[in-house]
Amino acid sequence: MSLVLEIILVAIAVSLSCSVLGVFLVLRGSTMVSDAITHTVLLGIVVSFFIVQDLRSPWLIIGASLVGVFTVWAIEALKNTGLVDQDASIGIVFPLLFSIAIILLTRYAGDVHLDIDAVFMGQLGFTIFDRVIIGGVDIGPGAFWSALIIFLLNSGFIAYFYKELKVSTFDPNYARSIGISTTFIYYALMTLVSITSVGAFEAVGSILVVGFMVGPALTAYLLTDRLIHMIGVTLLVSVFNAAAGVSLAYSLNLSYAGVIAFFTGIVAVTAFIFSPKKGALRGWVNRRRQKN
Amino acid sequence: MDTLLSILTDHTFQIVALGTGILGLLSGVMGVFLTLRKQSLLGDALGHAALPGIVIAFLLIQEKNMLILLLGASLSGLLATALINWMTGRHSVIKQDSALALILSSFFGLGTALLSYSQQMPNAAQAGLETFIFGQASGMLRQDVYLIIVISLLVLVLVAVFWKEFKLITFDADFARTLPGPYSFLNRLLSLLIVVTIVLGLESVGVVLISALLVNPAIAARQWSHQMKTVIVLSGFFGLFSGIIGTLISSAGSQIPTGATIVVVATSITLFSILFAPRRGLIARRRQVKEKEKALQTRLERRE
Amino acid sequence: MLRDKSITVENLTVAYDGTPVLLDADLEFEKGKITAVIGPNGAGKSTLLNAMLDFIKPLTGQVHYYLDDKKFTYQDIKQRLAYVPQKASVDWTFPTDALDVVLMGRYGHLKTGQRPGKKDRQIAKGKLNQVGMLNFSDRQISQLSGGQRQRVFLARALAQESDIIILDEPLAGVDVTTEKVLMNLLRQEAEQGKTILAVHHDLNTITNYFDDVVFLNRQVYAYGSVEDVFTPQNIEKTYQQNRQEAEASLIEEESGKAMDV
Repeated sequence: MSLVLEIILVAIAVSLSCSVLGVFLVLRGSTMVSDAITHTVLLGIVVSFFIVQDLRSPWLIIGASLVGVFTVWAIEALKNTGLVDQDASIGIVFPLLFSIAIILLTRYAGDVHLDIDAVFMGQLGFTIFDRVIIGGVDIGPGAFWSALIIFLLNSGFIAYFYKELKVSTFDPNYARSIGISTTFIYYALMTLVSITSVGAFEAVGSILVVGFMVGPALTAYLLTDRLIHMIGVTLLVSVFNAAAGVSLAYSLNLSYAGVIAFFTGIVAVTAFIFSPKKGALRGWVNRRRQKN
Repeated sequence: MDTLLSILTDHTFQIVALGTGILGLLSGVMGVFLTLRKQSLLGDALGHAALPGIVIAFLLIQEKNMLILLLGASLSGLLATALINWMTGRHSVIKQDSALALILSSFFGLGTALLSYSQQMPNAAQAGLETFIFGQASGMLRQDVYLIIVISLLVLVLVAVFWKEFKLITFDADFARTLPGPYSFLNRLLSLLIVVTIVLGLESVGVVLISALLVNPAIAARQWSHQMKTVIVLSGFFGLFSGIIGTLISSAGSQIPTGATIVVVATSITLFSILFAPRRGLIARRRQVKEKEKALQTRLERRE
Repeated sequence: MLRDKSITVENLTVAYDGTPVLLDADLEFEKGKITAVIGPNGAGKSTLLNAMLDFIKPLTGQVHYYLDDKKFTYQDIKQRLAYVPQKASVDWTFPTDALDVVLMGRYGHLKTGQRPGKKDRQIAKGKLNQVGMLNFSDRQISQLSGGQRQRVFLARALAQESDIIILDEPLAGVDVTTEKVLMNLLRQEAEQGKTILAVHHDLNTITNYFDDVVFLNRQVYAYGSVEDVFTPQNIEKTYQQNRQEAEASLIEEESGKAMDV
């Protein structure tokens, strides 16, 4: 298989794993909470790494998930004091946990072979050199398989809790009245966000993960008006963005993740302008017509 | 004691502490407007969105001229603000957080793509991304500090001159709009000053720190007073204090990053204030609530 | 003493941060009746509902439900109770259609992971038909008018096939035709022996639609049948009493922007 094709496959798998969760983040208005998580899971990774001394260990995922859940809890707790609004509590919690991670990293830099630039930006191009070999047969890059597994995990969660996710996003009070634990749904979703961002770190870096989560879902939100269609379009858009982004970046010799994230933004803004029902252009024309 | 004295008299420490302290002061003051306008995450979003502006400015002039880089960052940040406002306008179905996240990541994506382009060029002398994210406070130079002082003074003077107007815009934008006078000009000026503050902080202390310095001192100060004037003064002081103490701690130890330490100090002040502030603080309030509930219960028992 | 009680509220006191929003309320709601809870803004009407639905924990007091001559708490019977939240509490840009919203009424009867089946669809369509919205079943909810949204909400509650229906401001921002349709349907439900309880704000329509009325302004001023207690004196008492005091204490500790300028 050609090099660029393998990179495209990894990018698509990572992109799918992120965007499928993005659907509910966009609908709930929790995308900035997930942005906070994608930063703070670094603390979980660093601490677990100190303990197990292995960057491939599953403990890193567990540590990162714990810190992710703690982040959500801390943001909620701060907000529930009634002294701080949601945005400010995000703005207090994530720099703190992120800073602690950076202090630990710098302080024990000698013992840790974690490249900070790589954590921020990811190195999609390098992921394909790490192969999975089963029974002597090379079945492709490990990053592809781990992203695929995370995608299946996320999709399985959404399929199984579809009703609960839908009703607790659309009408949380009603959901509680019929006995659905909106808290459980929220924390479960955010745990998956933590796991997914750890999985995506290597390929796209901590800062751009949120773009992979939000962009395709926002595009689909603008183009559809049924949840199930929104999920379908989200997946299509994320495959398209990843494939087109990598091809573009490859031919221009630029950072893959950066180009995908930028391309994702362009696609979403285009949808915002031209969406036939919810677009800015359509709204503008309608309002013109009403005036005349 | 001797070590403390030797740090305090150390020239590098003095430069860095002055720079981070003044930045803390400035962002403390501007953060009050930002948090009261419920835009606490704008600092984070704009900080990231400034990256392509910095890289483009660098690509154009091919050298590290701080003023030009700041200009590029500001333009990029203003464009991002305009996009976010446009996408979340009155007729749009897009929620604020989605727009922030999208613009943040796509601008940052463009920035990293351009950065990867600039690294292919022969005279690539640019600092890594790490510097942008977490700054390089400890590497601050005398002329950086001069620039910080000059721009901060300029911003603070403008805030003092338009104090009444800015206060009104912050508290009641709808009412301010109906008043005679250049409302939209002043509103834009306030946004511009916030962008300038963010960008100024980016170069020296990085994205995460500047967004933390915009939120923490303002939220902390808010717990101690109901008077906007007092809040602003306190917030500026908390910012200054965080900058200096953070720098001091990181100079005292070895291999403690300055920016991250300042964030920890600033957040500690916030958490302390939220817990212990009189009247509004959690502990004081819990006591009041307990007393009120007890009084209520005795009142209820008496009714029976 | 009411004969066929369905819900009892005893000594219910709810306080936010130690300030009572609901004080020592004692109420009994009757089976087969439509009861209105009325009172000025900030009187604790929604708080009463929230406490009855276990959304908030009261400082003192209990709520009990009586079904098939047995006494239950909310947690035991929540499958048999339908709640209609305020329209404003919902995200109407959510990508879904009218039929789908009504189908949510069946979710309480389904297990986790189980999808609504044919029977659920039939029930949902039947209820949409009852509220006169069958032709709108695949209409995106953001394109429904205020009255149509409320009809869809009622259809969802009916689809739950419950014994008790609790509604928060069902007639707010609703046209007169819709108002009549909704209240007629609720009347039919009441005639089948169900208990209907609604927070209501329009004093002019009380006598048209309701059997019983509760006057609430942080405490219960009067309750009973409309003929007995819906008097100018009770209205006067409920809407005037403690008004300034109530407003002052509510404004006082509102966090966020409450700051002297």
